[in-house]
Amino acid sequence: MAAALKCCSTLRVSEKIIEGLLWLSAVITILITGGIIWVLLSESISFFQIVPLSEFLTEKEWTPLFADKKFGIMPLVAGTFLTTAVAIAVALPLGLTIAVYLNEYAHARMKQVVKPLLEVLATIPTVVYGFFALTVVTPFLQTLIPSLAGFNALSAGIVMGIMIIPMISSLSEDAISSVPRALREAAYGMGSTRLQTAFGVMVPAASSGIVVSVILAISRAVGETMIVAIAAGQQPRLTLNPLVPIETITTYIVQVSLGDVPQGSLEYRTIFAAGITLFVFTFALNNLSFWIKKKYQEKYD
Amino acid sequence: MLKFKLTSAKVNAALLLGTTLLLGACGGNTSEEATGGADLADNIQIDGSSTVYPITEAVAEEYRAEAPDVKVTVGVSGTGGGFKKFTRGEIDIVDASRQIKPSEDSLARANGIAYLELPVAYDGLTVVVHPQNNWVKDITTEELKKIWEPAAQGKIKRWNQIRPEWPDQEIHLYGPGVESGTYDYFTEAVVGESGASRGDYTASEDDNVLVQGVSTDPNALGFFGFAYYEENQNKLKLVPVDDLNDANGKGAVLPTLEAVKDGSYAPLSRPLYIYVNSKAANSPAVVDFVNFYLNNAGELSQEVGYIPLPAQLYQQQQEKFKQFAQTAGKK
Repeated sequence: MAAALKCCSTLRVSEKIIEGLLWLSAVITILITGGIIWVLLSESISFFQIVPLSEFLTEKEWTPLFADKKFGIMPLVAGTFLTTAVAIAVALPLGLTIAVYLNEYAHARMKQVVKPLLEVLATIPTVVYGFFALTVVTPFLQTLIPSLAGFNALSAGIVMGIMIIPMISSLSEDAISSVPRALREAAYGMGSTRLQTAFGVMVPAASSGIVVSVILAISRAVGETMIVAIAAGQQPRLTLNPLVPIETITTYIVQVSLGDVPQGSLEYRTIFAAGITLFVFTFALNNLSFWIKKKYQEKYD
Repeated sequence: MLKFKLTSAKVNAALLLGTTLLLGACGGNTSEEATGGADLADNIQIDGSSTVYPITEAVAEEYRAEAPDVKVTVGVSGTGGGFKKFTRGEIDIVDASRQIKPSEDSLARANGIAYLELPVAYDGLTVVVHPQNNWVKDITTEELKKIWEPAAQGKIKRWNQIRPEWPDQEIHLYGPGVESGTYDYFTEAVVGESGASRGDYTASEDDNVLVQGVSTDPNALGFFGFAYYEENQNKLKLVPVDDLNDANGKGAVLPTLEAVKDGSYAPLSRPLYIYVNSKAANSPAVVDFVNFYLNNAGELSQEVGYIPLPAQLYQQQQEKFKQFAQTAGKK
């Protein structure tokens, strides 16, 4: 070491050390991701050796903890899908409209005030959202829909939609503002109104960015745990009815992890099977968003 | 030689880093000392049944006035979950809404844990529906079995499948999860085999979740310990149960004090227990707490909505526990 120090300049050695440390921190994140995938895969493989994949995907009931064990993931997927669909139905119109408004219509000062306030929506703890859904939104909805059950996908979905509005609005707004001014000015020059410019020219031009923001919001909603665990119920059922108690994949994982299942048992491995299903969905969605961005991004240079 | 210019900025940074680390380490040490000094036995760990929880929590609260230095923590993992911890020696006392199973007993023996079973109250397991439910006037044990047995999974989904006069609406079921003693007891008493139940219902070891579910869902049917009904009477409707055994009280019976005491509210009357670890009985704090428990369980269990044992039974338990504590001390 002393010889190395003597022959090389100290600057180069410390540079190499720093480079090495930075490389290490980048690699660590990759290794951690790989580690998580490895754990999920290894436990899931032992699960699928007992429960065939065909049963997992086609069986219509999910009752792994009870006497009559059924291992169909579809009820949980239906629950996740239902709450996500309601969330997007709330967040997409609102988020997109907010993005268009902030970009095309709002004064700079209004934009300065509204943007940070929107971000606050994203920083509210999800457990508070869940509690809000259970104690405020559900009773209110029950006055409108008397047959609504106390635990249901509708109020959880609505509150989840409120939570992801900032995601859609800020990413869409970035997409819309990256459309060159020339396009907007050309539209005005042709005699279009603000509304026509906004929704006829700007939004289609920014569509790849907007679609990416929606996909990312979907993947966020799919992985959301606390809101649905508190407000959507704990009854796995294969339904598209948002007015009844359901169970999402994430709620099931919470329910079993907080309980006392023996390690290594089949019930324990269902956690990993559900986890890997969730991972597959979010992974596919994220990759889809990369692919869309790459393929459809218009280059305006 | 390493050219390291010792600028004042670098010195300050180093000093700051050093002091922070030092303070952090010191802080850790002082807190360790503080807890290390306190006697571990002054911390009583209780866990287990959510049904028995209201009694134990009430006792712990009253006990805080007696002995403010003793910290009593009461968890709610369900009877099964509580026994898992108890047989590993992780807790001192387990709340149980059913008796210990042979498998749990052998696990305790394998881990060298001796215990004492102490009944503390009676419970009338209640069947409840939403207050707006105006078609259920009573229910029989046969119907309960029809609703909850494993064969009902995916099949019994509407009220009129149970009794034709009832409406053609969906039935939403709420009940304890598999770790719950109430679950074990109900399945044994109604279905005939402990643990045999359908799986497609809202299952939770936390009875408050079940109360929330039934009280907000017009099509709901659920069951849990009487204390949880008592506390939420304005949100729930009680359903009298008919055990189809005229010798045991004709017709459907409500879970009142008398009905549970004289056995006519069957088969859903059951004793509630605590189990005490012999090693824990070595500590004077635990002995004092258990004696306090047995002295006050009669009054407090009634306050929270359960049925007290006869007074002599509590006396007998205290004697039993005294002997247990003495022999435990000698181990």
